[in-house]
Amino acid sequence: MIQVENLNKRFGDHHVLKDIHVRIGESEVVCVIGPSGSGKSTFLRCLNLLERVSSGRVVVGGFDLTDPKTDINRVRTEVGMVFQQFELFPHKNVLDNITLAPIHVRKWPKEQAEAKALALLDKVGLRSKAEAFPGELSGGQKQRVAIARALAMEPKLMLFDEPTSALDPEMVKEVLDVMKQLAEEGMTMVVVTHEMGFAREVSDRVIFMDDGRIVEEGSPSEIFSRPKHERLKAFLSKVL
Amino acid sequence: MEWNWSVIVEYQELFIRGLWMTIQLTVVAVVAGLFIGLILGLMRLSDKAWLRLPAVAYVDLFRGTPLLLQILAVHFAVLPALFQDVLGLPAPDAATSSFIALSLNAGAYIAEIFRGGIQSIDKGQMEAARSLGMTYRQAMKLVVLPQAFKRMLPPLGNEFIALLKDSSLVTVIAVNDITYAAFATAKNTFVRWPPYITAALVYLVLTLVLSRLVGYMERRLDPNGRKG
Repeated sequence: MIQVENLNKRFGDHHVLKDIHVRIGESEVVCVIGPSGSGKSTFLRCLNLLERVSSGRVVVGGFDLTDPKTDINRVRTEVGMVFQQFELFPHKNVLDNITLAPIHVRKWPKEQAEAKALALLDKVGLRSKAEAFPGELSGGQKQRVAIARALAMEPKLMLFDEPTSALDPEMVKEVLDVMKQLAEEGMTMVVVTHEMGFAREVSDRVIFMDDGRIVEEGSPSEIFSRPKHERLKAFLSKVL
Repeated sequence: MEWNWSVIVEYQELFIRGLWMTIQLTVVAVVAGLFIGLILGLMRLSDKAWLRLPAVAYVDLFRGTPLLLQILAVHFAVLPALFQDVLGLPAPDAATSSFIALSLNAGAYIAEIFRGGIQSIDKGQMEAARSLGMTYRQAMKLVVLPQAFKRMLPPLGNEFIALLKDSSLVTVIAVNDITYAAFATAKNTFVRWPPYITAALVYLVLTLVLSRLVGYMERRLDPNGRKG
């Protein structure tokens, strides 16, 4: 589903991603952990080209994102993204937030988009909030709507950029539960997260990044129970 | 003699035509200015220099020179050169020149209002829209501009009021607006106070109506985005 080769990203003189190599298969759930500023979010944003890649190759779902001829908007319809700050559209109600892209990008008729949206709201437990505006929702509810909005495009891959970092502690679980359900249904997911419990329990593979590099990767038990690298050990001793 | 209000009745046709002209000038300049301003504002935000720099130059030129000079230059230099010398047609009349000069000027100010409004919307909104597969144009139209427009309403209201009053400058090229009506009445009758007070009251009423209208729109488009 995802092949990343030799990915490098620079912001001016700042070398943010250094020679990243990753392969992610279909239905795989990969969590990316690491200290702040390690390049996790930048790596994730390179997977749908919200960040331009400085060098290297990124292939997602058969599309070479680094090829200038690739229609990036087409690729993005297959790649859902969930943001730390939710980024719901505040001038639209919940239903319109979810149906906006299916109607205007997928060109679905309104009835079809709304039926899909209501089914997804059922799934995230927010059917009753269809007519509410984002300003009337709690953080956890906003993030669940944001997940429904991304799923409405029927993506093959979902990217999560610290989806629970902006939430009050009591709302983290409701969002993680939705993500867990999604993982169980076989969605391919890349999750940048500080939730070590989620990474350990739900992911197939954990990637530890530090200073723009992938320092260590492996199954959750390898990473959390038998870390090899000193920097990973130091990181885990601080967060666990 | 000085306070002979009957001259207003006597010259009422001039005042009514003037009122109509002032309203037309303002409405045309607002509508055309919004259109020019949107295009220039988006050009200024482009990362392509060949789009951005002409917009910067345009805004600098029209904000950095007096509107009075712009009206004179458009009427006596730019349009005659364009129509007579290039196209071989008669030069447009003073009213047409005024519509064009005011619209060009309003476009520059409104461009800055659009730019500020668009920049005030969190970058994450554009990213979220793009991440759903929308083109830049769709994301602007469906997500960024509707939110930016709410924040632009107060400065746009100020601009519309300024435009309404500044339209009085077209009097210098003898366009029959409200100010011209007062000036002509005073000149012909030697009655000074009533024509000027009448014109001032007309502007006052028009600006009050306009500011109430903008205030009403602001309340309807709740800035928190909960309604409408």
